[in-house]
Amino acid sequence: MAVSLLRRRRAIGKTPLGTYMLLAIFMVLFLFPVYYLIVGSFETSAQTLNGLHGAVPTALTLSNYHSLSAVFFSQQITGSLRGFYTVSTLVSAVVVGGGLVVNSLAGYALARMKFRGRRSLLLLVVVLVIIPFEAIAVPLYYMLSGLRNTLIVQALPFIGSAFSIYLFYTFFLGLPPQLEEAAKIDGAGPWRTFLQIILPNAKPAFASVAILSFIQIWSSYLWPLMMTSNPNVYPLSIAIGNLVRQQAQPNYGQMFAFGVLLVVPMALFFIVFQRWFIRSVASLAVKG
Amino acid sequence: MLTSSTAQSPARRRKIWTENRVGLTMLIPGIGLIIAFMLVPFFYSMWLSMHVEIVGSTLPVRSVGWMFYQHLFNDPIFRGIFLQSLRNNGEFALFVVPIQTGLAMFLAILVNRSGTFVKFCRTTFFLPVVFPMVLTSLIWKAILAPGPDGMLNAVLHAVTFGHFHPQFWLANPHLALPSIIMLSIWQGTGFQMVIFLAGLQGIPSSHYEAALVDGAKKWHLFRDVTLPGLRNTTIFVVIVTTIFSLRVFDQIYLLTQGGPNNSTSSVMYLAVSQAYVQNNVGQGAAISVVLCFVILVLSLIQRQVLKERVD
Repeated sequence: MAVSLLRRRRAIGKTPLGTYMLLAIFMVLFLFPVYYLIVGSFETSAQTLNGLHGAVPTALTLSNYHSLSAVFFSQQITGSLRGFYTVSTLVSAVVVGGGLVVNSLAGYALARMKFRGRRSLLLLVVVLVIIPFEAIAVPLYYMLSGLRNTLIVQALPFIGSAFSIYLFYTFFLGLPPQLEEAAKIDGAGPWRTFLQIILPNAKPAFASVAILSFIQIWSSYLWPLMMTSNPNVYPLSIAIGNLVRQQAQPNYGQMFAFGVLLVVPMALFFIVFQRWFIRSVASLAVKG
Repeated sequence: MLTSSTAQSPARRRKIWTENRVGLTMLIPGIGLIIAFMLVPFFYSMWLSMHVEIVGSTLPVRSVGWMFYQHLFNDPIFRGIFLQSLRNNGEFALFVVPIQTGLAMFLAILVNRSGTFVKFCRTTFFLPVVFPMVLTSLIWKAILAPGPDGMLNAVLHAVTFGHFHPQFWLANPHLALPSIIMLSIWQGTGFQMVIFLAGLQGIPSSHYEAALVDGAKKWHLFRDVTLPGLRNTTIFVVIVTTIFSLRVFDQIYLLTQGGPNNSTSSVMYLAVSQAYVQNNVGQGAAISVVLCFVILVLSLIQRQVLKERVD
């Protein structure tokens, strides 16, 4: 789907005032929780949860971030912030990096190579695209329970992805076959053709898959919830989730600061690659 | 050309064989992983749902047939929780699907134009999509905090000039599910909006021009050009959102743990709490299998409806 979403093709006259007002109202509704998160993370807990005053940045302080970098909240949660970051980063790197390699190769083979069983494998991929992770989480938990509290088990089920394979497959189908024919005439084998001819032409597909799988793995909660009970292998999402689940009077200021730290890598990534983010989500529609 | 029926030269045959082998080598890692971690668990859950296995005990595995499935609909105690969870999923879908789809389409039409402010709004609406559900739950836990200090209570109190009384959003059985629905819509709408935006870009501008020449009003443009042009996108979004409604877990586990009085328990929450917390793997697997089939059926319907249009 090579639609340029940011370059408006159709500008129908001037934007009427009513549209601006509607946009402004919705913008406030959507932005407010984000604003509250950021402002609240710089306030003391009593100030964060103080009715409308919580949203007014009066007495800002760095104390939440200070205490985060020092010891960790209650005894309920041990482990260090650096540990959670390391786990989340490693798991995401393995899933995104490994996924790009294995899924692009599989997508390419399905799109371009001729071998027996190609059609049935393609059908398998299409069917597996439909099944969401949640529907197989329980048996998978039982299958892999021997690997609980390891890092690899947090990444393993997500490296191969039917959806990524399908996305690569449709992209490679759309590339002109002349690319490979020229390489073949030059005597390049299939591996060299893939690395030197196909890869440079498939950057949009790689970017889409990388972004979508990064969003998914960085946010994943159910799987690490089932697979970790040792704070040393908690990803960020579990550490934060444990705070959210606490029934006792929560320290909202500190929770907000922690939440900001969770979303900062993603937000930076998003701001830099915004165009790619939006395009990759739009590409999901090809699935239908 | 590879399936030519006449006898092939040895060189030719070797080439095919090599291509066969290279193709398979490229495929094996990716396909192997999805078979191991998607297809195998899918069949394994069917097996698990028909057997009783006590974790960590030496008792032999016992086949129990359809027992766990019968529990879902007949067991006097369990049936109530299961049907309640199913109903909650249904209610969730009933509100989230139309509201989120409608809002996403509306916002997509609003931001389908140029301008710095419009561009900023587009980013704003999409931003929650990159927010993990854990973070969304964290923010909304504070917004929905009970008492006059909670942000939502305070805002409603202010805009009604004091007529609104503070609510226990997440602790009230009548308000807990609507609260979960509210934050799910906040998080999910931007995603659908972008898909609608792509759909809008796919409508040829000549269709609009033709309608304008005929003297169509704005509302007619929407009804006669935009809506039909977004038909396939809308079907896709509706089905995806429905499936999403069946999968809902994180925000429930984080904010309400299915309570109060199971008023927010979902099918997925029930499956996980059976398998993981109660160690009743067979029951959890049976729920997973039912979920899988419902989702497969919904996807088949989607495919069928989309195909009809193409033909």
